[in-house]
Parts: sequence; C-alpha cells; structure tokens
Amino acid sequence: MIKRLLRWLPNFWALLFLAVPVMGVATFVLADIYNIWLPRDVSEHGRTIDQLFYFILYLTGIVFIVTEVVLFYFAWKYEAKHNNKPVEFSHGSHSLEVVWTILPAVTLLFIAIYQMDAWAAAKMRPPEIPFTCEVTGRQFNWDFRYPGPDNVLYTPDDIVRTDGNLYLPYGEEVLLKITSADVLHSFFLPNLRLKQDVIPGMDQKMWFRATDGGSFDIVCAELCGWGHYKMKGRIHLLKPEAYQAKLEELRQEQDTMRVAENQAN
Amino acid sequence: MSTVPYDHHHEAAGHAAHGHGHAPSFLKTYVFSLDHKIIGLQFLFSTLIWFIVGGMLALGVRWQLAWPWSPMPILGNLVGHAEGGQIPPETYTMLVTMHATVMIFFVIIPVLAGAFGNFLIPLMIGADDMAFPTLNMLSYWFMWPAFMVIGASFFVEGGAAQSGWTSYPPLSALFTAAPGSGTGQTCWLIGVTLVGISSMLGSVNYMTTIIQMRAPGMTMFRLPMTIWAMFITATLQAFALPVLTAAGLMQVTDRLLGTGFFLADGATANNAAMQAGGGQPLLWQHLFWFYSHPAVYIMILPAMGMVSDMLSCFSRKPLFGYKPMVYSIAGIAGLGFIVWGHHMFVSGMNPALGLTFMVSTMMIALPSAIKTFNWLGTMWGGKIQFTTPMLFSIAFVSMFIIGGLSGIFMAATPVDIFIHDTYFIVAHFHYVLFTGTAMAVFGAIYFWFPKMFGRMMNDQWGKIHFALTFILMNCVFFPMHILGMRGFPRRLADPYHYDTFRDLMPLNQFMSWCAFLLVGVQIIFVINFFYSIFFGPRAGRNPWHANGLEWQAPSPPGHGNFDFQPVIYRGPYEYGSPEVDVDYYPQTQPPTGRDVPAAKH
Repeated sequence: MIKRLLRWLPNFWALLFLAVPVMGVATFVLADIYNIWLPRDVSEHGRTIDQLFYFILYLTGIVFIVTEVVLFYFAWKYEAKHNNKPVEFSHGSHSLEVVWTILPAVTLLFIAIYQMDAWAAAKMRPPEIPFTCEVTGRQFNWDFRYPGPDNVLYTPDDIVRTDGNLYLPYGEEVLLKITSADVLHSFFLPNLRLKQDVIPGMDQKMWFRATDGGSFDIVCAELCGWGHYKMKGRIHLLKPEAYQAKLEELRQEQDTMRVAENQAN
Repeated sequence: MSTVPYDHHHEAAGHAAHGHGHAPSFLKTYVFSLDHKIIGLQFLFSTLIWFIVGGMLALGVRWQLAWPWSPMPILGNLVGHAEGGQIPPETYTMLVTMHATVMIFFVIIPVLAGAFGNFLIPLMIGADDMAFPTLNMLSYWFMWPAFMVIGASFFVEGGAAQSGWTSYPPLSALFTAAPGSGTGQTCWLIGVTLVGISSMLGSVNYMTTIIQMRAPGMTMFRLPMTIWAMFITATLQAFALPVLTAAGLMQVTDRLLGTGFFLADGATANNAAMQAGGGQPLLWQHLFWFYSHPAVYIMILPAMGMVSDMLSCFSRKPLFGYKPMVYSIAGIAGLGFIVWGHHMFVSGMNPALGLTFMVSTMMIALPSAIKTFNWLGTMWGGKIQFTTPMLFSIAFVSMFIIGGLSGIFMAATPVDIFIHDTYFIVAHFHYVLFTGTAMAVFGAIYFWFPKMFGRMMNDQWGKIHFALTFILMNCVFFPMHILGMRGFPRRLADPYHYDTFRDLMPLNQFMSWCAFLLVGVQIIFVINFFYSIFFGPRAGRNPWHANGLEWQAPSPPGHGNFDFQPVIYRGPYEYGSPEVDVDYYPQTQPPTGRDVPAAKH
C-alpha cells in the first residue's frame, strides 16, 4: 500500500500543482455563489470600471489557467522516473522569445490605452458646476458642509453636519470638494466605485452621477490612527425633490439650534 | 586576483587558519568575522529569528480579524498594551505596521542580499572573499543597532510605530496624531535608516566584488542567474537608498526640530497646537516610494535568480533563454525606477501623471512574463527531480504567476480606484513576497545547506514541510482576492464595524485557522534545520551533481574558499551536454574535446 503510494508520489507533486488552477477557479466560482463579489454599483462611471475589471479578470484568468496547466503538464510528463527520453539539450529559442515578448507587450499596451478614457472621466474632467457639498475628514469622522440656498460655500447660510450622514441627489451630476483637517484619510464610496485620499492643506474635487437611490457606506480607506476602523459614514442618495426637501429640513434644524443658542446667550 | 591554494587536510577543519601562523580566536572566527560565509550565516540566523517575530505579529493581526476584541491566548499578553489579552485598536495598527516593517526590513531584504548574497557571491564567481571584508562585517553589525532600536520601540511609551510601514505624514510626523507617533515613530525612522546604511555597505561591496574578482574565464555571461540578480539588486540599492535615507532624516527633523517638509500650513491633530508647515505630505510619498518601489524588486530579483539556478539543476537541462533572462532582470530594474507613482494613483497626485505611471507599470509586467515563460521552457523536455528545493522552486513559479497577474488589476488605474487599499492588494503582495520570495528562500536553504554546513537536510521531512506550507499558505492568501473584490479594506482593527462586511467573518476565521497552522508547521523546518546541522548525513562537495562553481569547493569551504585555482570554461547550465557521459558538466572541468553536433538553438 505504502509502496504503491510512493510510486505515485512523483505524480502526487504534479497533481498538487494542478490543484492551484483548479482551486483558484473554484474559489472565484464559490465567491460568486456566496455573494463575495463586487458590491452593487449605483454610479454611471462604475459600469465602465466593472467592465474593465471583468475584462482583466477573464484575460488574466485565461493566462492563469493556461500557464498553470502547462506547469502541471511539464511536471507530470518530464518527471525523471517517467521520462525515458534524453533531455532536450536546448539553450532557448529565439523565435519563441520573440513570440512571448510581442504577444504580452501588445496585450499590455492594449489594456493601457483601453483604460485611459475611463480614468480621465473619473479623475480628470470635473463638471463645471458649483460644489454640491464639502467633505472634510478628521480623526475619526466625516464632516459635511452644504452651500445652502445661495449655492456658495463659506457663506452664513451654509449647512454644516457632523453626524456622518451625507445626503446627495441621484440622477444628476454631483461635485464634491474634499479635504482633511488633520492627517490623511481616504474618502471611499464602494458602491459608487470612488476613492480619493484627502490631504490637509489641499482641496480636491470628486464628481459622479448616481443612477439609483439608497443608503450606502462611506469607508475611510487610508490608515488615520487608532480609530481608523470606526471612521464610518453613510451616504444617502435621494430623488432630487426629496433631496431638496431634506436640505430644507436640515437648514431649519440648524436655524432652530442657532436660535436656541442665541436665546441661551 | 589570486586565490591561495592550501592543503587538502585543512578542508574538514573548515575555518582553520592558513597563512597567518596562529589560530584566530572564537570571537574573531564566529562573531566579528571578516569571512563572507560566516557573515552570510550571521545574516541568515538573524533574519530567521526575526522571521519568527514577524510571524507572531501577523498572528496577532489574524486573531483580531477572526475574533475581534476577544482575548487572545498567550500572545495577547505579550503585545504591548493588551488588557487581559484583548487587542486594543492602537495595538492592532501597531501590529500591522510592525509585521510589515520586520518582514521587509529585517527579513526579506537582509535574507536575500545579506545572507545569500554574502554566502554565494564569492563562491559562485571563484573569489576567495569579498572585495572589502571589513565593510562586509560592518554591513552586518549595522543591523544590530537597528534590531535594538526597533526592538526597544515596542517598550517605549505609546508603543512601537503605528502609522503603517509606509509611515505617511502627517500621521507619522505629528506626535499627537497617534500613540505610536511618539518615541516609537522616531525609533522606527532611525531603525530603518540604519538598515539602509547596512544595505548600502553591502551593495557597494557586491558590485565591486562581482566586477573585479571573478575567476579566470568567468565572463559576465557565464555568471549564474543568482549572481546577475544580486548584481542588479546591488545597483538598485545603491541608487535608490540615498533617497530613503534623506527622506527619513527629513521626517526626523520635521518631528524633532520643527521643520515642515511634509506638513501643510497649520498642521495639527487632536486639537494640539498648530505646527509650522509650508510643506506637502505627498512629498514624503514620492520620496518613500522612489526607494520602496525599487525595493519591491530588491525583494524578488535575487529570489528569481536562485530559482533559475535550482530549476535548471533539477530539470537536468540548460536554463532556457539565459540572455533574455538577464535582459529581463535588467529591464525590471530599469523600469523599476519609473513606476513608483502606481502606489499613489488615488493619493491626490496629478491624475495626468497617473496615466504615465500606469503605462510604465503595464510595461514592467512584460519582463516578468518573459521570465515565467523561460522557467516553463526550462522544465520542458527535462528530467525533473522532485527534490525539496525543486518543489519550492516550482512553487515559486506557480505562485509568482498569481502574484504577477493580480498586479495588472492594480496597474489599471480605473480598477485601482476601487481596489486600492483593499485586501486585493494585500493578496497581491503576499503572493509575491510570501508565496514567492519566501518559497524561494526555503528552497535555497535546502539547496545550499550542504555547502553551508557540510551536511544534508532531511528530504522526506523537507517534502512534508513543503506540502503543508504550500497548501496552507494558499488557504490563507488566496481568499484575500475575493475579500478585496468585495471592497474589504485593509488595516481596519474591526472591519465588522461596517454591517456590509459582517458576512465575511467566517471566511476570515477559516483564513486565520490556516495562518495559525501555517506558522505551526514551520516547526518541522526549524527542527530539520538544527538537527541536520549536527546530525545530517555528510554531503561531499557536490551532492546535487550541479555545475556551479560553488559545488567544486569543499563543503563547507574553508577560509579562502577554494583549495585550487578555479578556471572557468563554460556557463553554469550545461546539464545533459552531449560532450560528457554524465548529465552535468561543471564550469571548471576542462573541455573533453569530444566532437558534437552544434547545439540546438
């Protein structure tokens, strides 16, 4: 029994290497079944990002399976005890080198050029509209400042919220001004496929058009201290009318608080 | 150069003195040694000890990810400020930071360049020692202050550094930003700078030795891939390190002298007084990655070189495409200097610059692909022997395919917007560094152990060690890809604070169980290693029937390495040559003169 097993041992090693592509593919299949997959996307540009992700996933998936299977096949076929033929006394092949240089080069260049537009749309072409909201990261909270009825930031009618809830409309273009008050943070909206580090002393723009309503997580994705894990916010995407109503509600709430404060003084 | 020939009866004595007239003391032989082999072993033992420390730190991380806030048995009481074994969030960020710091600066870089570079370079090129033996000794002894400073930082007030191994300001530069940004962070900066000095001393020495001290007949294109990789790694270090050293000192002055290189105007954290600024936090990232991206290749190229040697030896066949292999290492090194920005796609760097870095990053995948195909070509048509070092080498190739391909996702800038700083990147670099480099290091230890200690390691136990490590590490690291797809962020002390990640807990628990077992099975290796040093079967000069020059020296080689003047007649990969009757043809064997048909090309 043990002897038979030992005779199988060389093949056992080859089979162990075959397990890599088999289990690798199985993991991704199971991940899909158990819903450990890209989270729901509710943005317009997110579709392009997801398509690019799938394109790379399938392309690298094919290369992965082919190379790993070739590796297994060579390990199986050329194992010394099974291979009776003399070794190929070869130092390489010029034509093969040319083939496997040019093919990946062309593929990689194609991916490089293919994605440029998606990047430019997400990071380089801000819409020319007034800021919808200012987002400030601070240890360990996200603060929001809406420009209020005059549509201009830093005026007395601004609405300032520090409860971590961000209200924005869907179906229309949104332009955010994002910055930090202390250390680096990263404003990560998984369901909108957006992420941008925020830097103290530097204002940046972030823009998107959401396609659907709902409440989603705001995650801090850059290590910002001991409370990094709890620097959580929520983004609420509302119908434009509901959004206006919500802003009005927030404004009145703030006015009431101001009046109360003035009376207290 | 000249090699002093010495008597055969000195061989077994190992480090016996010759030509000096007196035996050097124990201290001079084994502690303050000038012999490259002893220095290499000193690096090897030191890094293996730190490997255990780094592994323990990783287990702390894995515990918290699987069972957040529950008291951790045994280890919990050891880590800094744990209360009743529970890991507080600041300790968690410390664990993450120090795991990476220890593994990168105290394990991977010194084990490749320090241990194997030192041990192998003179032996493989036919020199009697390094060009500058004293410099070589200093390169090891500069590690010790670093060990002490970083080791002590765990016990200072606030604990060790907590701002990630990348140490991004302002978190790292402002004392008030985090508990670990106090003395712990200063210790970190000093420690890393000292490691840098050590690497720099080593790199100058390696370059000089490889250029100047090759034995007669050892032309550059007869060098083994290990030496080529060490040579190119040394140039990478020489050109990239000064930038890190400068940046580290700049951060020290920001912290201690009130400068503002990396701090914007009015920098503050935690309501502390504002600090003079006028600087830019992104500057640190540029300087840091200008070193640390080439450092990524410092951490993989020597592994690639050693794997190339082992694959060819155990396929009993010449290395496929020697010159393309050399050129692709050089290509990786050259391109490696212009891709650092891909760590900064979402950092706030000008997005137009991001496009440039994206293209260069895509291009650097090319030489890696060429190398992979050539490794497969080496195995093709050979007579493969599944020895322990061969298994680790094949595993390296198999795992490097995964690590290389997953890199393309991050290189694609729009995709990176989503997966940046998620577990996808954690999966990627663990596939390159642990399942890649660490496998090559294990393989290299099994392979060159007979040359180091004159005895063989146990092959059966080596294979058991291999199989368990191979299976378990994939169970730990492969699921990280799908976690990353889900947007699971890295460095969170309690990811389940977000409701959306709650369902990922069972998977994380499975990964943690495998991680604990993975660390556990390394005991097999430790026992095999130490048992074999004393009781392993004697190896002889060339136990693997390999061609390399080092296998012509005695095992272990005495002081001065060779007991004859090596003259080199051919490259190191002439396995299965029709010119000889055996399947290997050592570099020093004079040509047989047998007429053979021209080799296939």
